[in-house]
Amino acid sequence: MSVRHALLALLSEGPKYGLQLRQEFEESTGEVWPLNVGQVYTTLQRLERDDLIESDDRGEEAGPQKAFRITEAGRTELDTWLSTPSDMTEPPRDELVIKVLAALRVPGVSVHDVIQVHRRYLVELMQQWTRLKEDEADFDVTFALVVDAELYRLDSVVRWLDTADGRLKRAALETPSGKPGPLIRRRLVARR
Amino acid sequence: MSYLELRQVSKSYGSGATEVLALRDINLAVERGSLVAVMGPSGSGKSTLLTIAGSLEDPTSGDVVIDGASLQAMSRNDKARLRRRTIGYVFQDFNLLAGLTAVENVSLPLELDGFSARKAHAAGMAALEQVGIAERAGHYPDELSGGERQRVAIARAVVGERHLLLADEPSGALDSTNSEAVMRMILSACKQGAAAVVVTHDAQLASWADRVVFLRDGRVLDQTVLPPSPEALLEESSRPRR
Repeated sequence: MSVRHALLALLSEGPKYGLQLRQEFEESTGEVWPLNVGQVYTTLQRLERDDLIESDDRGEEAGPQKAFRITEAGRTELDTWLSTPSDMTEPPRDELVIKVLAALRVPGVSVHDVIQVHRRYLVELMQQWTRLKEDEADFDVTFALVVDAELYRLDSVVRWLDTADGRLKRAALETPSGKPGPLIRRRLVARR
Repeated sequence: MSYLELRQVSKSYGSGATEVLALRDINLAVERGSLVAVMGPSGSGKSTLLTIAGSLEDPTSGDVVIDGASLQAMSRNDKARLRRRTIGYVFQDFNLLAGLTAVENVSLPLELDGFSARKAHAAGMAALEQVGIAERAGHYPDELSGGERQRVAIARAVVGERHLLLADEPSGALDSTNSEAVMRMILSACKQGAAAVVVTHDAQLASWADRVVFLRDGRVLDQTVLPPSPEALLEESSRPRR
């Protein structure tokens, strides 16, 4: 996640102090992403070094009494970031996917059990996120957006597990040994 | 005490070589005020579980107990009365009667149960009010949007003194905003004392429940344990590693 660009976005509203930026950042993410003071000031220093923001006094160390404002270059950088799709071409190396693939190879391990352990854990997490939505979302739209994003992320993993579960069950019916047949194995190899 | 209890419920269709076991030894207890989701893929037995819990179908073995009364011991008439008075159903495709207005659909079960037309209408309006759609009371189902129809179906399920709410994929083909509204309504019925069971394959719907039961091949495979307080999510130290 880009703290750098989030800070630029907050500064696009007008000049702000470091501590104020930290507080507004946390508020604007529904306090789901905590940010420590050190991170804020290091990021501000880098932004200033790159001429994307400027402060009252360029000589002083970044501190609570220093106000920052966005520069023209900073605005351009922010606009470019907002309108450029984030890179999603490379699939992330997902540990859960690797775990399920590994479970297929380990004798005596039921891949369906491995799937269920993760499914239950994910649904329990989703129950907790949904509770947050039930209690607070009506009052805070930014918080609801963050919670929705988390729910969709977890949901997509549950869906993948459901699909994997069904696919493996069908494959086991087609090849009585219970192991994935040669066709499937070839596909798994090809995907690595 | 549990309001709804399934005790060792099994259900099979056909016999001999063609026998299909739809449910095997299901135990499930739901208290008033709580929402239980039953999650499973197509063919896992979740719809059968719901129709048996709602007395629409008899189990092959085992028993269903609603509010302390065993369905096994009940006559057909007693079961029909129980369905009219106690159980509210919500289906994926709403099942509203096309020739009746929204409020007539909602008050029909009460009229069938011997309420005067005036009383039934008043209760119907109150239920529509509860789901926020009273202003559409005089409209026919084909004049309502999908989301509105499902609200009417939920009003019909909670009208009168119904304490058991059974829903089969209640969000059907609704979009996410309307699905969320449906789950909020079911949850609010629970907060007012109903016991509810929602069967679904959708984890987002299921996550509104107090407890999620996973069904596979007619058996209870697993269930969620009571999650810790949601505040735990916001404390960095207790957050799961990514």
